[in-house]
Amino acid sequence: MIKTDILIIGAGPTGLFAVFEAGLLQLKCHLIDALPQPGGQCSEIYPKKPIYDIPGFPEVLAGELVDNLMEQIKPFQPGFTLGERAETIDKLEDGTFVVTTNKGTKHHAPVVAIAGGLGSFEPRKPILDNLAKYEEDGVAYMIKEPEIYRGKKVLLAGGGDSALDWSIFLADVADQVTLVHRRNEFRGALDSVEKVQHLKNEGKINLMTPSEVVALHGEDMLEKVTVQNVDTLEETEVEVDHFIPLFGLSPKLGPIADWGLEIEKNAIKVNNSYDYQTNVPGIYAIGDVNTYPGKLKLILCGFHEATLMCQSAYQRIFPDKKYVMKYTTVGGVTGFDGSKKEAPKAVVKSID
Amino acid sequence: MSDIKLKIIDREGVLHEVDAPTDMNMNLMEVVRSYELAPEGTIGICGGMAMCASCQCYVLSDHQLPEKSDDEEAMLSEAFFVKDNSRLGCQIHMTDDLDGLEVELAPAED
Repeated sequence: MIKTDILIIGAGPTGLFAVFEAGLLQLKCHLIDALPQPGGQCSEIYPKKPIYDIPGFPEVLAGELVDNLMEQIKPFQPGFTLGERAETIDKLEDGTFVVTTNKGTKHHAPVVAIAGGLGSFEPRKPILDNLAKYEEDGVAYMIKEPEIYRGKKVLLAGGGDSALDWSIFLADVADQVTLVHRRNEFRGALDSVEKVQHLKNEGKINLMTPSEVVALHGEDMLEKVTVQNVDTLEETEVEVDHFIPLFGLSPKLGPIADWGLEIEKNAIKVNNSYDYQTNVPGIYAIGDVNTYPGKLKLILCGFHEATLMCQSAYQRIFPDKKYVMKYTTVGGVTGFDGSKKEAPKAVVKSID
Repeated sequence: MSDIKLKIIDREGVLHEVDAPTDMNMNLMEVVRSYELAPEGTIGICGGMAMCASCQCYVLSDHQLPEKSDDEEAMLSEAFFVKDNSRLGCQIHMTDDLDGLEVELAPAED
């Protein structure tokens, strides 16, 4: 069981900055995120997009902002459970919480801060009649163990980097690789596009464009798929063992929606701008995931909400301790790793 | 302040006639959100970067729309429920020549 002071669900900019504000109060944090890397949308969707409304940064790339936040919180040694989705929450008799992920990892904390943004990123599934039937036997939305495709017939669909990269990788592993995309153009690194072209010319990848998968067939397991050319409407049946649609990720509020929290407009309702606590005391919601009158889904607002949440969390954890907020210009930053940053002392020397 | 009139059919099939300003740097997705014609969190998820297809709509009138950018084209190629007249609302900016535009919101993906 992982133990911490504030358990943060969601490692986007708001969740990351909460680690800093908690650290100033000597509170330890642990973050859970469904994505394999920290940064949330900033890393996953638009790492190369410039952001212009972070105070003090006239322009900063989303990916750089995440790098900076990771550097800023390093002294406070946050723990991470990445690639796992927070699934259930249990309130113990002493008022603390246990949050369990889809992989069974348990986290114990007196305070839970949901900084879940738009939700956890789940693979986008194509709309095909009997798709769910084959999810255990032939259809997968991400590749976890490439070895299971050795010697098999694999059909991938999609036009982005992951479809290109996995086609290239599987060309060496699988018996037969087919890549289906609705357009002739692919959106990916130039290098990957050229490599797929090369493998197609060599006959190692069977490229079907502009086409899409329109039907799945098979008694119990997936046996073949129907691919339709979107221009000519001509249909081709392809024998496959595996169908891997790679259409990117889309955010879903997911299991958090069933935690007994008040939900409004696909967001978690909090007490307006006081401390962002939900209807369950001890569970806070900060950043894009919450809603209150006047709410703005901005990173800078998430930073503010994280700060107030931490003050409230401190009082919840230490109800009897006296505390006043201290400026970092005065108190400096003392990390849990023993590091200390502080303003250099002014030299006091008389001038003759 | 100048307004144009739009006809927007929401995901339930209900027609809304709305005024949209052309001087507020707004796009069609934002107009839909400002009138709350689709629930918050189901439209404009990426914020308007042509990186999701939650604002997909079908253009019903024969207005001359600006060409699709490569980003919009690529996103629509991976979206669901795409038709020949599909566009991403976030890429359609409100200008005077769009007065009378008629669109229908595409279904939400889930």
